[in-house]
Amino acid sequence: MRVDVPVDDGVFAITPDGPRLLGTRCTACGTYTFPRQSGCPSCTGTEMLDVQLAPRGTLWTWTVQGFPPKAPPYIGESDPARFVPFGVGYVELPGQLKVEGRLTESDPSRLQIGMQMDLVVVPLSGDDAGNRVVTYAFRPICAAGS
Amino acid sequence: MTGVAIVGIGMHAFGRTDGVSGLEQGAAAVRRALADAGASWSDMQFAVGGSASAGSADSLVSTLGLTGLQFTNVANGCATGGTALFTAASAILAGTYDVGVAVGFDKHERGAFRVDSRSAGLGDWYGASGLALTTQFFGMKLNRYMHEHAITRRTLAKVAAKAFRNGAANPMAWRRKPLSEEEVLASSMLSYPLTQYMFCSPGEGGVALVLCRADQARRYSDRPVYLKAVVVRSRRFGSFEVLAPSLALEHNAGPTVDASSAAYEQAGIAPQDVDVAQLQDTETGAEIMHMAENGFCADGDQEQWIADGETEIGGRLPINTDGGCLANGEPIGASGLRQVYESVLQLRGDAGDRQVPGQPRVAYTHVYGAPGISGVTILSR
Ligand SMILES: [Zn+2]
Repeated sequence: MRVDVPVDDGVFAITPDGPRLLGTRCTACGTYTFPRQSGCPSCTGTEMLDVQLAPRGTLWTWTVQGFPPKAPPYIGESDPARFVPFGVGYVELPGQLKVEGRLTESDPSRLQIGMQMDLVVVPLSGDDAGNRVVTYAFRPICAAGS
Repeated sequence: MTGVAIVGIGMHAFGRTDGVSGLEQGAAAVRRALADAGASWSDMQFAVGGSASAGSADSLVSTLGLTGLQFTNVANGCATGGTALFTAASAILAGTYDVGVAVGFDKHERGAFRVDSRSAGLGDWYGASGLALTTQFFGMKLNRYMHEHAITRRTLAKVAAKAFRNGAANPMAWRRKPLSEEEVLASSMLSYPLTQYMFCSPGEGGVALVLCRADQARRYSDRPVYLKAVVVRSRRFGSFEVLAPSLALEHNAGPTVDASSAAYEQAGIAPQDVDVAQLQDTETGAEIMHMAENGFCADGDQEQWIADGETEIGGRLPINTDGGCLANGEPIGASGLRQVYESVLQLRGDAGDRQVPGQPRVAYTHVYGAPGISGVTILSR
């Protein structure tokens, strides 16, 4: 059976409802972090509660990675002949925080600040048996629109 | 602050110098700075230096001379040079030493910086997922800024064309060929909206300064330049910085605004008093955004300033008169001190073909780097 393995199981979880980002919330001031932290960057508190972050939000800003990242650390395709540009952005999760991640869309004419996004996983690398190492990414909700 | 003077400056040319190590470039810069001050290495009571990838600065003593002086290594990313200067100035202000050297040098591999996720306090997943690229941050910060403040891509290209024009007039610069705005816009898209020629590249080079107590400056130089302020700040909660897996919902101005306002206060100088500025231009958008963050104009005003040529040599506020990072490349350890070197040349009236007219009196420098650190200096004749 093919298996999707998260690039790090402390960063997101694959649940029956889809992928969920794993963050923390400060019990003193309510500040959210991603990924998990042991201390609060806002009030310096140290009681942080593990939480799953909202799987939807709005695109706050974005760019397109136009050249292959160096490998290591990158584990995706780094051969310039086969590399395909990918989008990167910050998505604002309402009432929580802005999370940085890859985007499934990389065409600048189809990316707009303020558009609705949801959370999915995308493959970074795979083995011959079809198992894949995946990371999280944000996908425009109305992919066919505009 | 009245107490510290720059009495000697030295540089090893920026760019690519095959066969010459980063340390040797640092040593060359120190020797030139000493010659400029009419001093010798054995006169130096202390030194502060740093490089990101070219070895420990204190090993320079092997080639400069084993005089037994105190040598402090500093490492602070792109603010390494600013931190070397801050540390050296502090030692003089404290009365610990009368005269010493600040030095920065580097030699990086070709291509974009390879980020070590762990040393940046991030998990391996971040780099593995293709997110550990400083270039992405620059594209995203700029894209948001252009969206909010109506800056156009044409303006991005104008800033690059200015940098290469100024670089062509600077014998120490790496990129000395002018490029048109069209060539800049047509180069390959590295990180939208930024093209290849809108970005600086990691490079090589070295810069050294001889610093002394202000009341001893005339022993070394008949044209001392005084350090009116030197400030380094890290980020506060809510700022938007490089290599950040998440950002707070609320927005804070960031370390450049903090460092800048503290420097103006320390110097007792206002932005409109500045005659020439060197601002971190890792890419063209950074120069544009840093104009506002350093207090020189309101957000969005850059579009008109740049259209009117106000940041050109001869304009209201000449910026990056030596070609900046775009034309000089970015040897991390040396970059901040290069800005100070250029400022001293401009204040002395020694900047040759790129000299700012009108005998500038006040110069300003600003560096920014990972993971959200800024260094500002204000200098005057
Ligand atoms: Zn808190």
